[in-house]
Amino acid sequence: MYAFLWGLVPGPLWVRILVVLAVFVALVFVLFEWVFPWVAPLLPFQQQTVTG
Amino acid sequence: MSRHRARPASRRWNVSPVFVTGELLLTTGVLLGLMVVWQLFWTDIGASREQAGFVTALGEEWDEPLTVDALLQEVEDPANTVNVLSEEQMRTDDAPVPSRAAIAETFATIYVPRWGENYVKPISEGVSRARVLDPKGIGHYPDTELPGQVGNFAIAGHRTTYGKPFTDIQTLKTGDAIVIRTEGVWYVYEVTDSYIVKPNYIQAIRPDPYAPTAAPTKRYLTLTTCHPRYSAAERYIVHAELSYWAAVEDGVPPEIVGSATVQEAS
Repeated sequence: MYAFLWGLVPGPLWVRILVVLAVFVALVFVLFEWVFPWVAPLLPFQQQTVTG
Repeated sequence: MSRHRARPASRRWNVSPVFVTGELLLTTGVLLGLMVVWQLFWTDIGASREQAGFVTALGEEWDEPLTVDALLQEVEDPANTVNVLSEEQMRTDDAPVPSRAAIAETFATIYVPRWGENYVKPISEGVSRARVLDPKGIGHYPDTELPGQVGNFAIAGHRTTYGKPFTDIQTLKTGDAIVIRTEGVWYVYEVTDSYIVKPNYIQAIRPDPYAPTAAPTKRYLTLTTCHPRYSAAERYIVHAELSYWAAVEDGVPPEIVGSATVQEAS
């Protein structure tokens, strides 16, 4: 899967590495900013209220 | 060119289900690892600063200083009439009760000298994680009483992550002061009890936590948070009782500004 995706990235090796790094950073940003804050309250950790 | 010719062979190997499954599992592992990093470290970085921002914003809205530094400055400025409260200004008659805030609205601040000289955090209405506890810190159980009211003013906060306002809850001792500030009024509570319960122990936030069916006679403040740290298995509960209230215009509680200043003022 990753070998196939790596094949899709154009350019010489150093450009490929830069593109992959940029995509990874963008992905982490999306996860940190939107995905994780949305998932976290749905998980059964970090609860601090008493509920009946 | 020989490199290009070699590709089809390797591609056929890459689409093998075992290989793809392995890659997906590794990806899941990396994602979970990233989420742990985000939860344990990242949520703290922004939250502490943002919660301090809510205190500042509230102070500007009320046009009253709220940080301990600003209160100290006000008390120590000789040109100012604001002083540390005298015994006569600590009132034990019926306390004024603030009006109920809208959900997610910040309506009070809390000072806990045991948790550091400068400890001040905002309190907002509601205990929804997404709307209050994660972004704003401490939340007030909407079905419980308000500061100064007979009954139970119950609040919840994170023990870890998201600015962790109640991280040091286990250090609170009987007799410690917890000060609540609403617009124009100080409420000084004194810790009376602390214990650990199961998460469904709703009795802790009833008007009288020791007699859930009886009509309340005392003015309680209750803190709830998770226990143990990094777990949600149990809840840590701290009860406090109102020892006095005071008008903000009369001065600043000595519990907040420290004993050194009290001597200076008297």
